[in-house]
Amino acid sequence: MTDVVEHDLVQVQQEDFSLAEHYARLEQLAGNTGAVVFFIGKVRAESEVDPVQALELEHYPAMTEKSLSRLVAEARERWSLDAITIVHRVGKLAVGAQIVLVAVSSRHRDEAFLAARFLMDNLKTRAPFWKKEHRASGARWVAAREQDDVAAAQWFSQ
Amino acid sequence: MITVLFFAQLREQLACEEATLAAGSVAVAADLVPALIAANPQWAEVLQSRPWLLSVNQAMAKPVTTINDGDEVALFPPVTGG
Repeated sequence: MTDVVEHDLVQVQQEDFSLAEHYARLEQLAGNTGAVVFFIGKVRAESEVDPVQALELEHYPAMTEKSLSRLVAEARERWSLDAITIVHRVGKLAVGAQIVLVAVSSRHRDEAFLAARFLMDNLKTRAPFWKKEHRASGARWVAAREQDDVAAAQWFSQ
Repeated sequence: MITVLFFAQLREQLACEEATLAAGSVAVAADLVPALIAANPQWAEVLQSRPWLLSVNQAMAKPVTTINDGDEVALFPPVTGG
């Protein structure tokens, strides 16, 4: 599937994911792990007046896992990490649904926090996913946010 | 032959998922939009409406990235995952 190291997992799927199952996977691998950081991104309603009813996620299948695996490799070059998990869902998701899971385990907390942040910031600007919002008033593609570019660029500014 | 894929609003606006270009019609990524417009003049307005991101063989490309016969190229709007 991907050229990530044995302890890492990169998955793109329609099905929901279980935090407990992914935590159990990290626990099995834990040798010298002293810190585990999880991030989960969820579908927001955004507005009370014309709330988002569903979010549709499109991706570029041949490129998606390659891009995510590249981010995992870059995180490993920057920090000493035990295991990395990235799971990203595609398809139509209801409000409140889980979209993405990033999990990082490491010996100390700093590396795990930093790597999780790095992975999310760069996933948002470099992995080929696109969101379309469905509301009562109609459907529209979500515009990229400049602050996401700024967040991702800061990792490469020094 | 070069395969060109379109995603998200670009795919919808062109009403097309995939096109092909003759191998000799593009040398680098910057040639792609002009070559697509030359082959499909009706796409000019959409293709010129904003800058699109481009990948070559599933890796993000720069304007100077080389495109060879048999490559898979994709054009798409800025990504919004996560």
